[in-house]
Amino acid sequence: MSLEDASLDIAPGELLAVVGENGAGKSSLMNVLYGLYHPDAGTFLMDGKPVRFKSPRDAIARGIGMVHQHFMLVPTLTVAENVVLGREPTKRGLLDLDRACDEVAATAKRFGFQLDPRARVDTLTVGSQQKVEIVKALHRGAQVLILDEPTAVLTPQESDELSQVMRGLVAQGRTVVLISHKLKEVLGVADRVAVMRRGRTVAVVRASETTVSALASLMVGEGSRGAAMTGVPAVAAGTQDAATGPVVLEAKDLRATGDNGRPALQGVSLTVRAGEIVGIAGVDGNGQRELAEVLTGLRKLDGGEGTLLGGPLAGLTPALAKARGVGHVPEDRLARAVVKAMTVEENVALGRHRQPPFARGPWVDFKGRRERTNQLLSGYDVRPNDPVVALQALSGGNQQKVVVARELDADPKLLVVVQPTRGLDIGAVAQVHERLRDAKARGAGVVMVSLDLEEVLALSDRVYVLYEGRVTGHFPRKDLDERALGRCMLGAEAGHG
Amino acid sequence: MLEVLHSLLFSTLDAAPALVFAALGAMLSERAGVVSVGVEGMMRTGAFCAAVAALVMPTPLAVLVGMAAGAGIAAVHGFLSIRWRSDQVVSGMALNLVAMAGGTFLLESLYGPNGTPGITQLSRWNLPGLSHVPLLGALSGHSAPTYLALTLPFVFHLLLSRTPLGLRLRAVGDKPHAVATLGLSVPALRWGAVLGGGLMAGLGGAVLSTAVLDRFEQHTPAGLGFMALAAMVFGRWTPLGAFAAALFFAFGNALRIGLASSAPWLLELVPQGFLLALPYLLTLLVLALQGQRGHAPAALGTPYEQESR
Repeated sequence: MSLEDASLDIAPGELLAVVGENGAGKSSLMNVLYGLYHPDAGTFLMDGKPVRFKSPRDAIARGIGMVHQHFMLVPTLTVAENVVLGREPTKRGLLDLDRACDEVAATAKRFGFQLDPRARVDTLTVGSQQKVEIVKALHRGAQVLILDEPTAVLTPQESDELSQVMRGLVAQGRTVVLISHKLKEVLGVADRVAVMRRGRTVAVVRASETTVSALASLMVGEGSRGAAMTGVPAVAAGTQDAATGPVVLEAKDLRATGDNGRPALQGVSLTVRAGEIVGIAGVDGNGQRELAEVLTGLRKLDGGEGTLLGGPLAGLTPALAKARGVGHVPEDRLARAVVKAMTVEENVALGRHRQPPFARGPWVDFKGRRERTNQLLSGYDVRPNDPVVALQALSGGNQQKVVVARELDADPKLLVVVQPTRGLDIGAVAQVHERLRDAKARGAGVVMVSLDLEEVLALSDRVYVLYEGRVTGHFPRKDLDERALGRCMLGAEAGHG
Repeated sequence: MLEVLHSLLFSTLDAAPALVFAALGAMLSERAGVVSVGVEGMMRTGAFCAAVAALVMPTPLAVLVGMAAGAGIAAVHGFLSIRWRSDQVVSGMALNLVAMAGGTFLLESLYGPNGTPGITQLSRWNLPGLSHVPLLGALSGHSAPTYLALTLPFVFHLLLSRTPLGLRLRAVGDKPHAVATLGLSVPALRWGAVLGGGLMAGLGGAVLSTAVLDRFEQHTPAGLGFMALAAMVFGRWTPLGAFAAALFFAFGNALRIGLASSAPWLLELVPQGFLLALPYLLTLLVLALQGQRGHAPAALGTPYEQESR
């Protein structure tokens, strides 16, 4: 059950932020307000009168609009078609696309958005797609706009712009509900902040009367762990300006094709040394995924050359990568890292199932496997500490810990991690980060792809920024700057330092 | 030469309707995101029911019975794939097998292995102005389905690209969750498309036993449903594309008949089996050459589940 006894009051014309850890019930509460989920019990009053929404149609009719965390846009349709879908203007029974474009352009203009109504949505940047989502809600006359984790995928510049948009809407008398877990950002823009924990609203405070650390304590419910939430440590422990270890990866002018058949990497060059964490930053879909796949032998190179752990990068296969000492924590762990129906110990053995201690000759070494798994589960604080439970019975964070434990246990020389902490709760995030630093300290070169800029800033010794399959920025630790990274993420070239 | 071409065109137009209707029906269902491999079974059921109905009622009415039968099979597919979210390919293939076996069983137990008794075919229309114009004359002398098959693709094109309903159907095939958050019903849209597709496939089958032949035969529709699917893919899931592809396949079929009759010496050179397989080989070739994917609706085959927690 993701919601129990959650209460919330929203005043007209305010900007209310709802914060909480992953799984605290923020999104569920909003989906109830929007009529997508149906509450088992409880009441919902609007303007003092009880209302009951059977579907989003009812919510829309009452002036509630929602911008979902994962955009609800049809990529093959134009901006205008997406906005008018469900309430299309017609002329003699046929779709009146000209009028739709005019209407959408008018709505966009009224709220100060720059949008081409005739552009296909899949050609837009993530920031523009979000504007389409907001216009979609406003076009339906939304008085109350709910935004679910709107800045998770935006660059700092786009986030700033969104904050202004939200304040502008409030200034025009609309009500905005902002769901987020980025406390600093929330305090900068909200009037009031509601804190949720385990499906309950535990506090509602005025933004001007609280602090990031006070909110963090409320979110996790215990003083000690709250410190992990306060954001990026100014200088991450043990980071250094120039790693001097041997080069484990040297790549020049890498080119590869994406799943959609378009070029995804268009000449990426990078170097990784032993004992450093190299962050790969960028807006989603700019070649990061393909880069990680090339480095782990999962995607064929179209061009370019490189040396990876003493062998050529061209012609790399997953087996070859593994044999040379590449560890991989993929983005989609259920698709690529684990078999969820198998037990934890079976998953730990995957990939090394033919070597001791997981095998003896052609046979499975049940005892050795059990012992090693138990060691890892204790060492990585996996709960439940049970090697024979099915992996799918574990929470996402614990599943990820199993994957990280397995990959690091093989003592990789190059570790490729993609979005290592997406969807994990604060405690698990801190542990995974700690493990990545451990790997570095043991002399592994770590390539970390992350869409979470805070994570990149916290862990990286150097950062490459990818934009449309090219490196648009390369920052050593001392030059790391959120704004400068953001500009490169939007395509502005920076000096290669 | 002109005569050969004329007869090729004529038999293309005679053979095309079943393919065109089935391809349009499959496309309608798939654009809304529901896989339509069951179209062969819907055609067979439509063909059988139309042939039986035509024994007791006027043939045009029997065609409507065939359409309804196709929609009936589609309704089962809808229940399995929309209501119960089963695997749409498995559901479609299961229905194909049921229609194959059920048709044979009913045929043999009611009428014997040689097909249903003969019925009155749909009447053919002569277009007096056209009959004597070279080539264009091939347009004259067909039954109603041919003329319908030459117009319906344009109606479907208008429906899909220029009406609100069409916009919603395209949206529900590409991103059903977006449609749901706007307060529209994903199941309702998909049900409409699947039933509409069933009507069209049933019509395609009914045409086979009331216009092309004058009875239901053991093997009807002999893979035409799969050929219609190929036409839909080749036509990139668009009405006009599927139309053109269906005409092309029908032409391949006409070529087979035409070659066998006008160039008997060919039979000395190539085995007859090869000629019989020609339309199918053509289909295979075209699909292999097309190669690339990426024109299919993005959510095709994915059951819609509102993530209620």
